[in-house]
Amino acid sequence: MSQKIDVAEVAEQARIALTPEEKDTFQRQLESIVSYVEKIGELGLDGIEPTLHGNSRINVFRDDVVVPSAGRDCFLNNAPERNNAEIRLPKIVEDA
Amino acid sequence: MIGKELTLCAAAEGLRKKTFSAVELTQSILDAIREKDGALDAYLNVDEAGALQQAAAADAARAAGRDGDLLGIPLAVKDAICVAGQPCSCASKMLADTVAPYDATVSLRLRAVGAVFAGRTNMDEFAMGASTEGSAFKITRNPHDRTRVPGGSSGGSAVAVAGGMAIAALGTDTGGSIRQPAAFCGCVGLKPSYGRVSRYGVAACASSMDQAGPITRTVEDAALLLQVLAGVDPHDGTTLDAPVPDYRAALCGGLTGMRIGLPREYDIDGTDPEVTACVRRTVDACAAAGAEIVELSLPHTEYAVAAYTILAAAEASANLARFDGVRYGHRAAMPESVFDLYAQSRAEGFGPEVKRRIILGTYVLGSGRYDVYYGRAQRVRTLIRRDFDEAFKRCDVLFTPVAPTVAYKIGEACDDPLKMYQSEMFTIPASLAGICGLSIPCGQTAAGLPVGLQILGPALGECTVLQAGQAVEEEVGA
Repeated sequence: MSQKIDVAEVAEQARIALTPEEKDTFQRQLESIVSYVEKIGELGLDGIEPTLHGNSRINVFRDDVVVPSAGRDCFLNNAPERNNAEIRLPKIVEDA
Repeated sequence: MIGKELTLCAAAEGLRKKTFSAVELTQSILDAIREKDGALDAYLNVDEAGALQQAAAADAARAAGRDGDLLGIPLAVKDAICVAGQPCSCASKMLADTVAPYDATVSLRLRAVGAVFAGRTNMDEFAMGASTEGSAFKITRNPHDRTRVPGGSSGGSAVAVAGGMAIAALGTDTGGSIRQPAAFCGCVGLKPSYGRVSRYGVAACASSMDQAGPITRTVEDAALLLQVLAGVDPHDGTTLDAPVPDYRAALCGGLTGMRIGLPREYDIDGTDPEVTACVRRTVDACAAAGAEIVELSLPHTEYAVAAYTILAAAEASANLARFDGVRYGHRAAMPESVFDLYAQSRAEGFGPEVKRRIILGTYVLGSGRYDVYYGRAQRVRTLIRRDFDEAFKRCDVLFTPVAPTVAYKIGEACDDPLKMYQSEMFTIPASLAGICGLSIPCGQTAAGLPVGLQILGPALGECTVLQAGQAVEEEVGA
């Protein structure tokens, strides 16, 4: 169906750093998974509409009204690092 | 005073008759957790103080004249479902210290009827897996044989119920994650039709298939819980606004005249003969009780796992893109670049199965591959759905095994992710089609391991699958 998966390249696109061992293991496992899922290439699918969801509801609207929400602290407390009402980030300086 | 393994119905009855109070009932569950969970590891977190407080509030409400089937009933909740103020880690290091800021709609509905939240149950990380071995924190054990897995991903919830450590539990099911652990542990599990139950506040695995639902001791208990969970939710645009029927009232219909379909594609060589025998015996008993047996075909079944693997990975990779180490979740120390901040945080926060699925999902959505994998898989999904539409013209429900095997040994399937995906082959098609499925015990192997029967019904056919399940449970004595 297509060329072999390059796990190192895809992991970079997915923003996941892999150890050399992980690269080897995932390369082997994902090659076998990808070759298995290519099974769907056997089917003639011309004229078959895609199913995007588990049911057919589309364009569901609700009124845009203000309702009470959980306090800011509930969310900020889950931040890796906070500074009062702000989420603190490490200083990162990169070359342009 | 309080029976070891009360059903939800019996517990509700006991509370109504004042045989015991909600505080006594809750205390008995907390005692059971203390006594047994050291050996089973169903719970990630138990909220003793909160549970007793909620139970006392339920007792006070009852004394003031309130009633309800769930009032004062202690429940276990899968760690993927938000309960305000309680931890919600999805059994991932990524969310190890996260506290749910709000209630999921299902939690809010349960809170409104006075249910008690006993604790958070273990699961495969981010609900990706079928054995609960994928938890970043602990291995949950099957109460029927502690060397075996409980199934997954809602393994902790199934063990809490099967082990008498909760009256009932909530799980989530994307490709079988309620039905299969219920089967492995000898409980009842219901995956509602897609859109029957709100997903708001439920951690997203594969959004087009995720559903929350009950894991219980009996079919009637599942009906009682579904009654509370089901219904349209303005916070989830995929919920269906169809009226919610009286599920308990639907239970008494019996099997007479019911058409039970047996799809021949589910009769495969790899299935454990003891599983096949249990299902066969149940079908025969149903026929003797007045059901009509219809053999039929779901011709695209063999493509379901492949299509599901693509779709589930694609959706998971998109859903989990939000974990960037910035606003919440794990953050790597001392990143040297923005790329590092993302890639190291994700490398440290996610376990192997989650990484595999994100990478696979990123691959199948990639430029030049989208149509070949993702687009095609969505078209296969249409064929699977049509198969079921055709089948339900000829039958009311479908009977299949829940899984090709009973609970297997811990460690046995870990090294082969593809084998793990294929083990869900009987539950995945219903997930793709968005229809409902009930898993109920239908016997056990010579070694005493439970076997599960899957009863599938059309979208919004919960009444029919519950009716069939109740009949199997009662009349057939499975």
